Parts: sequence; C-alpha cells; structure tokens
Amino acid sequence: MGQITLKQITKSFGDVQVIPPLDLQINDGEFVVFVGPSGCGKSTLLRLIAGLEDTTSGEIDIDGRDATEVPPAKRGLAMVFQSYALYPHMSVRKNIAFPLRMAGLDKNAQNAKVEAAAKVLNLTDYLDRRPGQLSGGQRQRVAIGRAIVREPAAFLFDEPLSNLDAALRVNMRLEISELHQTLKTTMIYVTHDQVEAMTMADKIVVLQAGIIEQVGTPLELYHTPRNKFVAGFIGSPKMNFLHGSYSSSHGAESIGVRPEHISVSKTEGIWKGVVGVSEHLGSDTFLYVDIEGVNTPITVRSTGEVGFRHGDEIFLTPDPEKIHRFDNQGLRIS
Amino acid sequence: MATQHSRSAARFMMAPAVILLLGWMLIPLTMTLVFSFKKYLPLRGGDLGWVGFDNYVRFVSSSAFWPSVQTTLIIVGGVLLITVIFGILLSILLDQPMWGQGMVRILVIAPFFVMPTVSALVWKNMFMDPVNGLFAHLWKAFGAQPIEWLSDASLFSIILIVSWQWLPFATLILLTAIQSLDSEQLEAAEMDGAPPLARFGFIILPHLSRAITIVILIQTIFLLAIFAEIFVTTSGAFGTRTLTYLIYQRVLESQNVGLGSAGGVYAIILANIVAIFLMRIVGKNLDA
Amino acid sequence: MARAVTTRRKTINTIAAWAIGLLIFFPILWTILTSFKTEAQAINDPPLFFFFDWTLENYAIVQERSDYMRYLWNSVIIAGGSTLLGIVIGVPAAWSMAFVPSKRTKDILMWMLSTKMLPAVGVLYPIYLLFIKLGLLDTRFGLTIVLMLINLPIIIWMLYTYFKEIPGEILEAARMDGATLKEEILYILTPMAIPGIASTVLLNIILAWNEAFWTLNLTAAKAAPLTAFIASYSSPEGLFYAKLSAASTMAIAPILILGWFSQKQLVRGLTFGAVK
Repeated sequence: MGQITLKQITKSFGDVQVIPPLDLQINDGEFVVFVGPSGCGKSTLLRLIAGLEDTTSGEIDIDGRDATEVPPAKRGLAMVFQSYALYPHMSVRKNIAFPLRMAGLDKNAQNAKVEAAAKVLNLTDYLDRRPGQLSGGQRQRVAIGRAIVREPAAFLFDEPLSNLDAALRVNMRLEISELHQTLKTTMIYVTHDQVEAMTMADKIVVLQAGIIEQVGTPLELYHTPRNKFVAGFIGSPKMNFLHGSYSSSHGAESIGVRPEHISVSKTEGIWKGVVGVSEHLGSDTFLYVDIEGVNTPITVRSTGEVGFRHGDEIFLTPDPEKIHRFDNQGLRIS
Repeated sequence: MATQHSRSAARFMMAPAVILLLGWMLIPLTMTLVFSFKKYLPLRGGDLGWVGFDNYVRFVSSSAFWPSVQTTLIIVGGVLLITVIFGILLSILLDQPMWGQGMVRILVIAPFFVMPTVSALVWKNMFMDPVNGLFAHLWKAFGAQPIEWLSDASLFSIILIVSWQWLPFATLILLTAIQSLDSEQLEAAEMDGAPPLARFGFIILPHLSRAITIVILIQTIFLLAIFAEIFVTTSGAFGTRTLTYLIYQRVLESQNVGLGSAGGVYAIILANIVAIFLMRIVGKNLDA
Repeated sequence: MARAVTTRRKTINTIAAWAIGLLIFFPILWTILTSFKTEAQAINDPPLFFFFDWTLENYAIVQERSDYMRYLWNSVIIAGGSTLLGIVIGVPAAWSMAFVPSKRTKDILMWMLSTKMLPAVGVLYPIYLLFIKLGLLDTRFGLTIVLMLINLPIIIWMLYTYFKEIPGEILEAARMDGATLKEEILYILTPMAIPGIASTVLLNIILAWNEAFWTLNLTAAKAAPLTAFIASYSSPEGLFYAKLSAASTMAIAPILILGWFSQKQLVRGLTFGAVK
C-alpha cells in the first residue's frame, strides 16, 4: 500500500510562508510528478512528506494513518536524493544494505535482499566497489537499490536525474518508468523538467510559489491547462501568447497557441510575418516569426523540412480548434 | 532547515561546549573585574576593600606603563613587518618551479613547531651568547667586538627570535593563498603586456590582500600575548617588558592582584579591539 | 596551464630556495648537531660542523639528571588528553552547527572564537586562585582541562569547516534509512570526516604540546611538561650547550614530525577556515 493524503498542510521558514494551505491526494501505485520552476516549493513539499522537515500546520496521512509526527525512518518511505547521497566510505553492497542493517536484519537476509536488488538493477558486478569508482548512472542505480530493498510504501525522488548528462538522463528515465511498471509501488517524483513530468507521470502536480496550479494527467494538462502559467510551463517549445487585437477577436484577454498547432504558407494565412531564425533539425523545423504588434517572435513547429529562410515573408494560420483563451486573471475560458 | 526533533538534539549536543566555554570566559573575567576594583595583596593582608578606579589610574600612571606599551608596540610592529614582507617574498619564491619543493617547504615551516621555550633558549645561548654564541664566533672571525645581544640590542634580539618563530606561519598561509590564484589570470595579464612587477602589484598583491590581513590580525593576537620568549631570555629586563609581562609581574611576582587585574582589563580591551577586526573577516567567510 | 620553464630559471629558483630554507632551518640543525658533541666541542671556536666525535652521552645525562621521561609523559598526557577531550566535546557541537544551523549559529561560532582571543594574562590570577582552591595546581588533570578549554574553539571551528563540506543529504539519507542520531554520527559522519578529524587532532596536539603560558604558570615539579622542563635550563651553570641541545632536541622531535605531517591542514586550522 502507498496512499498519501495531505490535508491543509502549510510550511513556513520563520516569517516566510513557502507553502500556503495545500491539499493533495496520492493514490496507491500512482506515479506522481511535482513539477514547477526552481523555488516553487516542490522539494520542500517532498521533504515534508519524507519527514525531513516539520509541517507548520496540517496533517499528512500515509495509508490512512496520521504520520505528521512520525520520524522519517518510521514512515515506510524511501528517498532517492539529487546528489544520490551514497555513503562514500562504504561499498555498494554496504550502501544498499544500510537500511536493512539499521532495521536489525540478520546478515543472510541482508545479503539475499541486496543480491536480488543488484540483479534487478544490473549492479551485481559492482557490489564490492566504492561509490567513487562508479559512473553517474551506476551511482543513481545504487541509490535506487538502497531505496528498493526497504520495500517502502512509496518512493520519493528529488530531481534524481539532474546530475546526469542528456543521453543518460533519457536512459534512466526509461529505467525508472520500467521499475514503476514492475514494482507498481507509489512513486513521487520532483523535477523542474516538464519533459520528465510529461513522459513519466500518471499524474502531474504543477506548483508555483507553493500553490498547486493544476493536478491532472499529462494530456489533460497539455490539452486543457487551467491557466496561463500551466499552459506556458507544459509543452515544448513553449506556447505562444498573443494579446490585443489578436485575442479580442476571440473574445479573450489573451490567447495561446502551441507551436505545433500553427500551419505555415508562402501565400496566404491569417497572420502575416517575417522569418527571423529557422532551425532545421531534420525531423522538425522550428521557425521564429516576427509578426506585427507582437514583441516576442512566434515559435512555429513544422514537421519535416520547409523551405523558409531568414527574411522570407510567411503566413501563419493557427488551428482554430487548438486555440486556448484566457481571461484577464490568466484563467482559462472554456 | 530541519525538524523540531533534530533541532532539540542539536541544542543538546551543543550544550557541553557552550556551557564549558561560557564558564571559562565568565568566571575568571568576572573575578578579574572584581579584583581590579579592590586593593588586593594576597601576601600583605589579602583583600583590603574597594578602591574604585584607583588601580586603573595607578596602572596607567606608573612609570613602567608607557615604556611597556611602547615595547609592546615595537615588538608587535617589528615582527609583523618582518614576517609579512619576508613571508610574501618567500611564498612567491616557494611557488616557483624548482627541485625539492616539498623538502624546502618542510625546512621553512619547521621553526613553527619548536616550542617557544626551546627556541628562546637556543637563540639566547647558542647564538646570542657574547662569549660562546655562534654570532660571537662570527663577529670575532671578522675581527669585530661581539655584541651583547640580549642587553645591548635586547628589543632587536627578541624581535629576531619571535620573527623566526612566526615567519613560517606567514609564509605557509600566504603560500596557500598564492596557490589558489588562477594562473590564467597571470597569463591574461602577461598577454595584456604587464611586466613581472606590474603583475605582482596588480594581480598577486590584491589577491593576497585578504590572506595578509588575516596573517596580521592572527599574529597580532598571539604577539600581544608572547610570554615564554621574554620569560626565558631577559625576564623583562633591558627594556623588554611588554604589557603582558608587566601584568604578569604585578600579579605573580609582586602579588599586587588588584593592580595587575586592572592591567588585565586593559589587555582584554586591547585584544578585543584587534579581535573585532579579525572576526569581521572570518565572519564574512561564514556567509559564503 | 603550467608552462615549460627553462632549466636555467629552475636551477636559480632551486638554489635560492634551498639557501633560504637551510638558513631558516639552521638553528634547529645546529641544535641537533650540538646535541651529539661534547661540551668542549660545543663551544669550540671556530664552530665544528660535521667533523667531531659524535657522542650520545648528552642524551644519557639529560635523562639521568632530569628525568626527561617524566616530563615527556606529562606532555603526552596533557597534550593527548586535552585533544581527546576536546574532540569528544567538539564533534557533537560541530555537528549541530554544521547540519542544524539556526539563526544564532553564526553568533555562537563567533563568540566561541572570541573566547580564544581573551589574553591569558588578563585572567591569570583568577585561574591561579581557582586552581589553588580546587587543588588543581600542579596537576596533569588541571592543565589538561585548561588546555582543552583554550583550544576548544579551534577544534570546533576546524571540525565545523570540515563538516560543512559533507553534503547534508547524506546524513538525511541515513535518517531516512532508519539510523538514529548516534548511528548517524558514528557510522556515517565520523568515517566520512576522518581526514578532517585527524588533522584537527594533529594540529591540536601541536598547539597543546607547545603551549608555554599556562604550562609555565600552573605547574611546578609534579605535572610540568616539556616546556617547563626546558625553561628550567634557563639559569645556566657552567658549560651546558650540548646538554641543552640534547634536551631541546628531545622536546621538539616528536612534534616536529607530527607537524610535518599536518602542514597542509595547519593553514585552515590556524586561520579558522578563512584560508584553505
């Protein structure tokens, strides 16, 4: 089991309230991602769940029991840290066995569990090495191994991939997703990278300044962002926002169009502009188009190769079905 | 950032150190303060009652006070000047590529590990003795009259001994600071056409300024308190009585505790003035 | 990037540095050499450098006459004891300040440092008086406590700067893994901080070994360590250079060796972490 409920929890550091009253329900077996810009309180929220920080008020329930006052080790949660937090003076084996040793398990049982975890994580050949002798990805796996052996009610990941290079990050992303498929344990994952959130999550929690902006599946957030912040944060490249005459014709304060929902033409279309920069990736072409009355260039994503160059005149047509409308509060108009 | 539990644990684990140091500071300090307002002669009647600021006035107006301040300033200033200037030169030299760098470094820092009583005795007898000292032999070899170092040039001799002890400290710290200088900065300056002297003045010296300040402040605190070197060599004679030594004599030799305590309070104030500057610098480092 | 240096320049550097190094080291070298001479050779004019009859008799005489071993033992007990005690008190305090910092942590650290700057002579009589009252005068225990107290700020500061370099996440991981506070410090922090603790111990032994204010003023015959033993040679009776040298060599040798091991950490300790 791994059901976690946050009821009206708040957190203040001194006089600064970093998390205003917040409610959240995390169901058993779910892969939940907390995503938001740095300083949005997502790591603090994770640390509150872990018990590494006290809540200022409110209640944290784990599997129906009030765990607000329970020390971290007794909550049945395992955590994978951003820096991996491996014990540098212990071998991989001892690292993974440490929580079992603290729980007072006997040596044989410890070994059996460590071997099993090592097998799952492809670490069998490295068990007697020190963390310093491992690559970034291997260290990451040791940290996960240390979490797995405890058979926790839920795994907590604090930006676990941010110290890896881009290629490795994609690999580890897949491995963690696979692990979730295998174990079917609740996982709470913190990241500032919306790509990680979109690819891994069953449920995304978008945070800003300690406030939950929206909770939903990746596609819900993509298709029906609740406000401009979520709309701009989810999706890559970012959504284009237009104001003034561009939006008033749609009866909104501002409108948003994703780069992939704009078609281009040399001869006709709704918006006329000039190509600033074009980036050719082979599979896609990104065009940055300056149109009249809009300060930031409009990003357009076209599939395949399109024959536009710097300075070319271009016509853009947004897909009318995919235009997001926002009111003067930045909230979605449905 | 932590939980209530770990914060109370932290307070508990800090308590012994804090309580001990608090006691170590407050109890003697209070006693010194109390004594300083009393006529207190342990061997001649003991506690003879309150005398207000009498001791403070008497300590300052005694004929030994101003000479001792002067002596203190000359010794501290002289040692600082010698150790900082030679420390900078020596650290730059030691930073150059050479054979046996590690060995030379060991030779240079060795005096720092010699206990003060040993270095004072060795210098006093084996180098500065007017009959059998090495300097006397050297002077005679050139046909000169050997110098009575510790009586005729007493201050200079003490400055020499103390500088020998503290030069390694200055050198070691300045060398560490020089080694943290990014060599690309020097190369950039060289590309910009700066000759060696300009590179020293515009790049190396500014880079060292913090380390030099620290050397000066820390040494000042220790130098204000030098005791064994004077105790062993001249016992305060021949114009080598520093403020520290004067207080020591008042308290333990002439057993005038009230007067000595008033002097002690002056010394504490003096040390605190220096300490404030040092703590500012160290404190800035804490925020980083 | 380091550049290639001409051999000529390197040679000049080497000669200059070695000349100055030997000049600075010379008083120590001379003391060691003299300790192997007879008293007559010790004051020979011209001075004898290497070509004399090497003898060990000074060492034997010093030990016999002054009971060198007793002073050495006092030094070992006092320096070692004060360091050990300081570490036992300092590690938990430094842990608290490094990993559970509060708004007052900085003030506490600065205050601890300020106690180190109290001039000893200012509190000499009170301590002297307290020692008499408590029967601690001329005891190894009393001196151990005093030296522990004067060096405790340095111990805490050094440990603090070393602990600061250990990522707090590792200790949090241990906490998540079910380690108690004691286990966290014993199994995780201490092994990781061993190099830092070792250099703290080393520097502190050196400082305590060479301390020459309290050791001279609070001891007499019984608890006197080597600093006082050497000071007793300051009133000379006839020819004694060789014996003085032998005694000096014995007093500084142990610490000279320790000091050379700890030279790198010395800087950090003596500057309270301000220069690394």
